[in-house]
Amino acid sequence: MHIPDGFLSHGINATTFVLSAGTCALALKKVNRAFGEKEVPLMGVTAAFVFAAQMLNFPVAGGTSGHFLGAVFSSVLLGPWAGFIIITLVLVVQCLGFADGGLTALGSNVFNMAVIGALGGYAMFSVLYSSFQKREKGFFIALAISSWASIVLGASAAAVELALSGTSPLTIVLPAMAGVHVIIGIGEAIITTTAVSLILKTRPDLVRAFAKREAVHESAA
Amino acid sequence: MKARHKGFIWLGLGISLLLALFLSPFASSLPDGLEKVAETKGFAEKGAGDSFWEHAPFKDYTLPGIKNERVSTAIAGLTGTLAVFLIVMGLGNLIRKSSSP
Repeated sequence: MHIPDGFLSHGINATTFVLSAGTCALALKKVNRAFGEKEVPLMGVTAAFVFAAQMLNFPVAGGTSGHFLGAVFSSVLLGPWAGFIIITLVLVVQCLGFADGGLTALGSNVFNMAVIGALGGYAMFSVLYSSFQKREKGFFIALAISSWASIVLGASAAAVELALSGTSPLTIVLPAMAGVHVIIGIGEAIITTTAVSLILKTRPDLVRAFAKREAVHESAA
Repeated sequence: MKARHKGFIWLGLGISLLLALFLSPFASSLPDGLEKVAETKGFAEKGAGDSFWEHAPFKDYTLPGIKNERVSTAIAGLTGTLAVFLIVMGLGNLIRKSSSP
C-alpha cells in the first residue's frame, strides 16, 4: 500500500502532507501529556514489531501479496495518538532507509495508513466496542472489523488520491484497490486479533483499550 | 521499571528481531495490492525511475554488497527493526523529558 514517487500529483501530496503534519503535531502534544517511563519502551517495541511484521508479505488471490499494517493493533495497545506516531515513524524509516514509499508521497502514505488507519481505525473500534457493551467477545469482534476496515479504507483513500491526481479514473482504480484489499484486510484482522489475544492472555494491563473497560467497571462498582 | 515489564519488552523485541531475521527472507515476493493494481490498470510505469530519494542505505530491503538475496534481506530487516526500536525509544524519551519540568 506504500505509494511510490510519481503516482500522485504534487497538489495531492502537498495537501496530505499538511494534513499529516498537523495531525502529527497534535499527536505529539497528546502523547507527551499521557506518557511515562512505562509507555516509551512499549511504544518502541510495538514499532519494532510493526516494522518487522510489515516485511512479511503473504500471498493472496491472483498473484498478489499483502502484508500486515498494524495501525489498529498499535492504537488498541497504546491509544490512537501513540498508534498514529508509531505508524508514522515506521513509514518515515521505510521511506528514508529502505526506499519503500516515495519521499514526495510520504504525506499521502502517512495520511492513508496513520490518519485513516490508526486514528480512523481506532474511532471505528471504539464505536463498535461500545455498541457491544464492552464485552470480551465484543472486543474481539470490534477489533477484527476495525482492523479489516483500516486496510480497505486506507486503500480506498489511496485510490481517491490516484484518481484526483489523474493517474487512473476513480471508477477503475477504486474497485480494484478496494477489491484486493478486502482480501488483504482479512489477513490484517487475523494477525491483529491473534496478536492482541496473546498479549491479553499474558499481560492484559498492557492493552490500553481493554484496560479502560476494567477502569470503567471499577469506577462503576 | 518493574522486572516483569522489562521482561515483556525484551521478549517483544526478541520476537520482532527473530521475525525480521528468519521470516522476512521467505516472505512472498509477489507484487502487493497497489503494485498489482498499478500493473493491471496500466500506471505502473509512472512510478518507475522517478524517485526523489536515492540515498536509502537498504534500497528495497537489500544490502548492496551482499549477493545472497535471503541473507541480504535478513540483515536489512534486522537492522531496520533495531533502528525503529531505538529511534522510537529516543524520540519517546525526548518527548517525555520536554514535557516533565
